[in-house]
Amino acid sequence: MSILVNADTTFIVQGITGREAVNLTRECLDYGVGAKIVGGVTPGRRGREVHGVPVFDTVTQAVEHHGRPIDGSVVTVPPAFTKDAVFEAIENGIRLIVIVTERIPRRDVAQMVELANLRGARIIGPNCLGIIVPDVIKMGGIGGPARDAEKAYRPGPVGVISRSGGMTTEMSSTLSAAGLGQSTAVSIGGDAIIGSSYAELMPLFEADEQTRGIVIYTEPGGRMEAELARWVTEHDSRLPIVAFMAGRFMDEMPGMSFGHAGTIVEGKEDTATEKIARLQEAGIAVAEEISQIPDLMRERIGVGAAA
Amino acid sequence: LLAAPPTGLLHAVRLFEYEAREVVRRAGIPVTDFGFATTAAEARSIAERIGGPVVIKSQVLTGGRMKAGGVRFADTPEQAERDAAEVLELEINGHAPRGVLVDPRAQVQREFYAGVVWDGLRKQPVLLFSDMGGIDIEQVAEEHPDHVGRRHISTVLPLSDFAAKECIASIGVTGRQLTRLVPILTRLVAMFAEHDLTLAEVNPLGELADGSFVALDAHVDMENEARPRQASLLKDLGVGEEETRQAREATPFELAGEEVDATDHRGVAGNITEFDGDLGLVIGAGGGSLTLFDAVRAHGGRPANYCEIGGNPSVRKAAGLAKLVLEKPGVDKIAVMMSIVSNTRVDIVARGVVKACLELGYDPAEKIGIFRIPGAWEGEGFKILERYGVPYADRSVSMHEAAKRAVEATRA
Repeated sequence: MSILVNADTTFIVQGITGREAVNLTRECLDYGVGAKIVGGVTPGRRGREVHGVPVFDTVTQAVEHHGRPIDGSVVTVPPAFTKDAVFEAIENGIRLIVIVTERIPRRDVAQMVELANLRGARIIGPNCLGIIVPDVIKMGGIGGPARDAEKAYRPGPVGVISRSGGMTTEMSSTLSAAGLGQSTAVSIGGDAIIGSSYAELMPLFEADEQTRGIVIYTEPGGRMEAELARWVTEHDSRLPIVAFMAGRFMDEMPGMSFGHAGTIVEGKEDTATEKIARLQEAGIAVAEEISQIPDLMRERIGVGAAA
Repeated sequence: LLAAPPTGLLHAVRLFEYEAREVVRRAGIPVTDFGFATTAAEARSIAERIGGPVVIKSQVLTGGRMKAGGVRFADTPEQAERDAAEVLELEINGHAPRGVLVDPRAQVQREFYAGVVWDGLRKQPVLLFSDMGGIDIEQVAEEHPDHVGRRHISTVLPLSDFAAKECIASIGVTGRQLTRLVPILTRLVAMFAEHDLTLAEVNPLGELADGSFVALDAHVDMENEARPRQASLLKDLGVGEEETRQAREATPFELAGEEVDATDHRGVAGNITEFDGDLGLVIGAGGGSLTLFDAVRAHGGRPANYCEIGGNPSVRKAAGLAKLVLEKPGVDKIAVMMSIVSNTRVDIVARGVVKACLELGYDPAEKIGIFRIPGAWEGEGFKILERYGVPYADRSVSMHEAAKRAVEATRA
């Protein structure tokens, strides 16, 4: 199957009348079986349409128009308004929120995530390209226009989790070219605080029968890789993981360290070297180059692994 | 050794100690009667006002002030003036001081530590408290973990005193110390939230003979992304909009890069960072740039710069960036490489980099070592490159292979 979304997932686009959101809506409608975008929200624009999708002033109006709860929302509004938009989505019963917006202050992100946790909702992002289930649905700008996304993503056994939106596509394309398709690829965003980390998505992939291995893209900074390493060790995961670490050069640069107080919270686990060591200790293979990923994965899930 | 990291990869706006103390004071936390001086004469008059022994502290955004001689103890205004004159001339780790802070020497009974930082995994701020102040909290945490209290703070519930109380009490501090410390730590948490800080630290937090507390030093970092909504505080502190407040100042090359990025609002050609190599890089996007920079170095290449293009920049902007890199002294060739693009158009970047070569009087086929950007509008892009004989590659050539070809082209 897939994680997070499937062919039946309904969602809205908040900020739908913005230039990028209009493109994103087109791309999602065109891709796979066609995303069920049941509405868009831009305050003051009720009554318009974007590629046939009705636009509302509020999320409540969109839910009323749909007549049933809506599963998700893609939020693409300016940083200063993102927190309000996400709160609105959560308080209207939406349970999956993909935040595309970049440069949101960390405090706002923390507040959105904390409210989501209180309400049982999940956030992907911010500063991410969203989720794609090859040939089925994409929720967000991931992979770009439908024909470009079709070129890079193929259905198959590999789950992809990436802190970089662009590298999600690069890695998936490399896997596809080698005959290893993807169950679901998730661009989780590269900010210091994000809604869903690797370890937080692992239980979903673990429960997905189609998924037989995981590929992650990672960078220096933060403790999410250490958290993943711990999760893998503690849960005796059935899923082999292949990681690629970019930004190794940053280890050699002065001035990258956290303050002392930051270090005691964030630990000394945030450099590329430390992260690679942690991942390897947990049995996670770390590829030197993207092109090595398919072979490393194939060795771990068996030859002829096409779904 | 490489230069400092790409400025865009750092987040915090660092405040000088005298600014940090002002933020702390405004938050309602008692501070000493300190003054800030940019001349020795000013330092003297502050010392006269204080009327006792003072400490002169260099105001630089770097560590190791004490070791470098940037902190002096003066008993008289005359000595304060002499010390200030020396400290004002003293560069520390290559940083010239902004001024000096003149601080009364408080009679402290005991030193505590209070700080707030983000916990990225818990996705909440964490309040840190120790009864062993005055030294690095990192060292205390390692050697005396039972002397460091930690308490996560909700970002959606209203701030309440009990969190600070729990944090302080967790390491056994009680009595009058506890009740007097609670409001101070609560104010520190409020300050951290109100001003979008990534670090708020008072160390040492001194207990005076009368049982009151006073901040003897403060460290405050503010999140870059929050600058717009913290504009009024930054203006009050005198932090100019042009001040990046990063580990090092931008070089003229990097400033020129910022100008290129500001030519129009279409897309990004940013995070331009100077290195001392000979291979010019026009690379993107975020993760792609990190990957490609590593790949160039892995193949023995010496990058002349780091940058990130993305979000579909205009032809003019792509050309501006390529020109800037081509004109950098020591650069022989440029490599134009990205991970597969879906938003940025291949043809627009191709047009931009070819235009840059032509306008500088170069043959694009000579100057562009490799063009590897697969994705949106690649057919149109590759046609342009073919017309000018520029070596290019599609997605069947990996990013590392492209980087290798770029390095080989430089050596040829």
